[in-house]
Amino acid sequence: MLLLTCPYCGVEAEETELAPGGEAHLKRFGPGSSDDQFEAYLFARKNPKGVHFERWRHAYGCGKWFLAARCTATLEVFGTYPAQTSGPPDDIIARIKARRPDWKGFA
Amino acid sequence: MSTRLTTGGRLIDRAAPIDFSFNGKRLSGFAGDTLASALLANDQMLVGRSFKYHRPRGIVASGAEEPNALVNLGHGARAEPNQRATTTELFDRLQARSQNHWPSLEFDVGVLNKHAARLLPGGFYYKTFIHPRAAWKHLFEPIIRQTAGLGAAPKDGDADRYEQVYAFCDLLVVGGGVAGLHAALVAARAGARVWLVEQSAQWGGRAPVDGDLIDGVPAADWVDAAVAELAGMAHVTLRARTMAAGVYDHGYVLLDERLADHTPGDGRPRHRLWRMRAGKIIAATGAIERPLSFACNDVPGVMLASALRDYLVNWAVVPGQRTVVVTNNDDAYRTAIALHQAGQTIAAVIDARDQAEGALPAQARACGIRVETGKSIARVKGGKRVTGVEVCRQTGDGTISNFLACDAVAMSGGWSPVVHLYSHCGGKLIWDDAGAMFRPDAAHPPITHDGRAMVIAAGAANGALRTAVADADAQVRIALKELGVKARKAKAPRQDLPDEAALQPVWIMPQAATLGLRAKAWLDFQNDVKVSDVQLAAREGYQSVEHTKRYTTLGMATDQGKLSNINGLAVLSEALNEPVPQVGTTTFRPPYAPVPLGALAGEARGAVFQPLRKTPMDDWHAAQGATFEPVGLWRRPYCYSHPNETPQQAVAREVKNTRQALGLLDASTLGKIIVKGPDAGRFLDMLYTNVMSSLPVGRCRYGLMCNEQGFLSDDGVVARIDADTWLCHTTSGGADRIHGWMEDWLQCEWWDWQVFTANVTEQYAQVAVVGPNARKVLEKLGGMDVSQDALPFMAWTDGSLAGFGCRVYRISFSGELSYEIAVPADQGAAFWQACHDAGAALGAMPYGTEALHIMRAEKGFIMIGDETDGTVTPQDLGLDWAVSKKKADFLGKRGQERRFLASPERWKLVGFETLDGSVIPDGAYVAAAGTNANGQRHVQGRVTSTYHSPTLGRGIAMGLLLDGPDRMGEVVSFAKVDGSTVQARVVSPVFYDKHGEKQNV
Amino acid sequence: MSDAVSPISAAGSEGFARVRQIGPLGMVTLRAKAGTKGLKAAVKDATGCALPDKRRIVTKGAFRAGWMSPDEYLLILPRADVAKALAAIAKALNGQHHLAVDVSDARAVFRIEGAKADQVLRKLCPVDFDRLAAGELRRTRAAQVAAAFWRDDAGFTLVCFRSVAGYMGDLLRLCAQPGSEL
Repeated sequence: MLLLTCPYCGVEAEETELAPGGEAHLKRFGPGSSDDQFEAYLFARKNPKGVHFERWRHAYGCGKWFLAARCTATLEVFGTYPAQTSGPPDDIIARIKARRPDWKGFA
Repeated sequence: MSTRLTTGGRLIDRAAPIDFSFNGKRLSGFAGDTLASALLANDQMLVGRSFKYHRPRGIVASGAEEPNALVNLGHGARAEPNQRATTTELFDRLQARSQNHWPSLEFDVGVLNKHAARLLPGGFYYKTFIHPRAAWKHLFEPIIRQTAGLGAAPKDGDADRYEQVYAFCDLLVVGGGVAGLHAALVAARAGARVWLVEQSAQWGGRAPVDGDLIDGVPAADWVDAAVAELAGMAHVTLRARTMAAGVYDHGYVLLDERLADHTPGDGRPRHRLWRMRAGKIIAATGAIERPLSFACNDVPGVMLASALRDYLVNWAVVPGQRTVVVTNNDDAYRTAIALHQAGQTIAAVIDARDQAEGALPAQARACGIRVETGKSIARVKGGKRVTGVEVCRQTGDGTISNFLACDAVAMSGGWSPVVHLYSHCGGKLIWDDAGAMFRPDAAHPPITHDGRAMVIAAGAANGALRTAVADADAQVRIALKELGVKARKAKAPRQDLPDEAALQPVWIMPQAATLGLRAKAWLDFQNDVKVSDVQLAAREGYQSVEHTKRYTTLGMATDQGKLSNINGLAVLSEALNEPVPQVGTTTFRPPYAPVPLGALAGEARGAVFQPLRKTPMDDWHAAQGATFEPVGLWRRPYCYSHPNETPQQAVAREVKNTRQALGLLDASTLGKIIVKGPDAGRFLDMLYTNVMSSLPVGRCRYGLMCNEQGFLSDDGVVARIDADTWLCHTTSGGADRIHGWMEDWLQCEWWDWQVFTANVTEQYAQVAVVGPNARKVLEKLGGMDVSQDALPFMAWTDGSLAGFGCRVYRISFSGELSYEIAVPADQGAAFWQACHDAGAALGAMPYGTEALHIMRAEKGFIMIGDETDGTVTPQDLGLDWAVSKKKADFLGKRGQERRFLASPERWKLVGFETLDGSVIPDGAYVAAAGTNANGQRHVQGRVTSTYHSPTLGRGIAMGLLLDGPDRMGEVVSFAKVDGSTVQARVVSPVFYDKHGEKQNV
Repeated sequence: MSDAVSPISAAGSEGFARVRQIGPLGMVTLRAKAGTKGLKAAVKDATGCALPDKRRIVTKGAFRAGWMSPDEYLLILPRADVAKALAAIAKALNGQHHLAVDVSDARAVFRIEGAKADQVLRKLCPVDFDRLAAGELRRTRAAQVAAAFWRDDAGFTLVCFRSVAGYMGDLLRLCAQPGSEL
């Protein structure tokens, strides 16, 4: 059962206080997008073994959505950060690179 | 003869005798006994029958690893099967019954299975129960059901209570032996918040039993001092009788504390499950001695050498008068020496090694104990207890060299570190050739959230069998460093132990044992798996240890192979001609030892099994004897039956009364979310399929919400409160979900939009006042103008009724003249009563959810969850009018443009009228011509709502039908479960008041 | 007009900690982004309390202001003062994007008191009570429902939704049963 620190209220919350929200940093495609774009937005998920970015809501706490960078294999958490961003912040990227030198980077 | 010595026993209090019973026989023991030690003290060697062959079985071990001595404990509401006698503390009037025998333990019919042993080889289950197919249902399954399982499941509800507690610490030390105690001391002295747990009732583990010296003082004294020091520190928590059941992600550990197992009915919870979050875990869980695999090693009286020592030292019990010790290592000599010193006779030490020249063998010889090297046991003689052993050369095939009369056998095949906690979250093991054991690989520990080791093994659990304290000192310092806690510099206590010579791995005894011997050499005592079974599995092509485990059932019993795993996989590796580490181990999974289901359920049983949400009028409903139904976690009145009225009759009456006079509904569960801000209109236009920004202040509009796929997710009436405030009603079960959905989009996608939401569902009690007399009752309550002119259909206004400040919505979910009135929740019950009082003369009656459903179905109104199931679009339900064509974007718009959703060939909403007036069964499908590849009828539609309409006096239904709206008047056929069909005509889903005149008067 | 009635009758209990329901209290949910002009004044005018820091609750007599999330505050006050508080907030935040609503009826409030009051909550909430700061308002889960609580000298005040008041009362009393002290 995971332990993630909510970047908004600072509580180190256990998984039962959180609600999962799937992969982070998806770009929304609405009307006017191609079938391929829309399909990718709705269904295509990276599901990596290793570094992953995902959405969590501090549902039983401050109610805010935040994002977490985590290794899906070892469950190491590289960091959590507010959801108001379209990509992982630099300090998170730097932490991941320090811990996973052969990581290919966020794409 | 197994008996209690007149002196000794460090754990028993001879001044406190305890009466207990076994299979109805009255026996007595002492305070401090386990059930196992007390049984042995009463010469009760036979304690159970094995699972498959029903062989007589005795106690083998002295702790959690015991495979044989499983009993039914207690009776009635305190009965529990499969309790290990070795870990059950004796208490007054304890009642135990042996398991897996019929008709009695002494005479058991199932023992006949042993004569069929050749017909019950490894993989028997898979080989036998496949053919013929019909035999499964009529022959095999009934027999398996009859014989499956060990103990008897209790029939009564559990009389005990259980609880769970959340706990946190920097360092959790598991295991209260000398390694664990020392690790806890170092950490506690450094100021860390420490927990130390021990599964048994005593601290100290093996060291006090073996009489070790620590820093020159007897281990028992050192342990007492350590415990006293730890107990005196406020930041240290000590819990005995507490088993670490499992290690999970990010330092989460379940600890099962046995509070009242030994004091049943004393008012305390029986077990307490600690839900621990530890910064770091030290697994100082010790090691478990391995049996040796020789023929008839399961006869009662054959025990682990360490267990014999435990029974002697801790409880002054000796299982026999004349003992043979059989070993491949020096440690077992301790048992021979201890027994000798207690005045017992040692027939011989049979040592598989060619040489035994260590300090302990030398001491044994000096005591006059006969030592035979290079020897092994060919076979144990005896049925229900040992009568002797046949001795042979270890390197031979079992040719007997001599016979030794004895009534107890102490066996030792070496020690296996208890690596379970290290392995639960993926810690890797390495094979230690010298110790012939798997031990934790510190280079590949389980990882916690900071990327560092979550579990660090220490002491014997780390393979440091003879340097446990020194190893614990080193490991705890690593742990503290990683926790950022500075440990004081200090030398580790010195353990003075005699030197020991190397053990010699012995997996089969003797080495070239004949099939006859191997077929009697038990690996897994509880599941009756023998050396020959594992070898057969290898010959049949099983190479993976995981497959072999499942094929032979090795290690799959309640003891999870604590004794059998290493021996079994070593036998497999020899059979496969591969080294042990290459074959590997099976996966160690929680729990380490069984945890009662009651402890896992914790407080969640009875009244608080799950939250029950109640409306402000709930007491009134209950007092009226309402029949309740769950709606999400809410409980809502289904109907209010009058005396001598069935629920069905009550529902019909409630519908008719509402349509003809006046119905009152508790609608408080309806979700209510306030959405406010400069961008609120724009936001709601994205959320709803229709336009909400254009809604005039004071008006209401029905709206639909879809997910991005384009499927319906919720519906409800939206009211415009002021220029930048809207109130969104959601379905009863949907308030939290939709509020979360709104926040998701506001926080994660449109975070620059200025919108705030608040879920005010529970702030208001809401009463639907419905029927031709609705206006009259409100006028009677008085206080505001509720006329058609002042408050037309789909308008709302604030005001007061009978002195209650309220908000009145002119909306209708029944098709009748209807007002929904919201008052502050605290006043809900009073307002509800006021409505009834004022309505009494106008025919007011409460109605429940079933009448609500029928009335909305009569009107063709959809219900989220009935007409929708996550694959239905608004267009499927004929709700195109509520989907904006003008808006450039809304959630679900792009999804609805996908080819399959936009296809004209979809199942669409229609009404169905049965030709015979009957009610179509729930969930029935509309049959189509032909069958699919599985021989099932093709289908072309299904029913989504189906009721008996009291208003129309016939069955009505709504449903989805291929091209439905184009097929009005056609008769289709619904398939019923019994194979028959019911014919129904396709009609408009609006069965009642087709033009909506009644609600708009 | 009838008197306000709290969700369930305020029965006490004879456990190792005292559990009772209190109220009715006035409560206002105030949503506004930190730094909104007039926010400090709004909280001050409504409750007399300073704007609470992250995860803190400020008390001034019968008035409290708690930090619920980066853009949400819970104001607790006598029921009779709710309308006045809402008016004060509206005035102080006039023209600023905010939302203030009366949620007095939507909540149930419990007191858990006694030397071992924390043990009751340790059985229900995944919270490290040893590390609970003074004046901390902790939002969390109590068994299967959402809850928020803070500690004072005599014990804890716990707030949950009104509809689950019965469930919460049962839970608290269950966990305070004699014989189940930790």
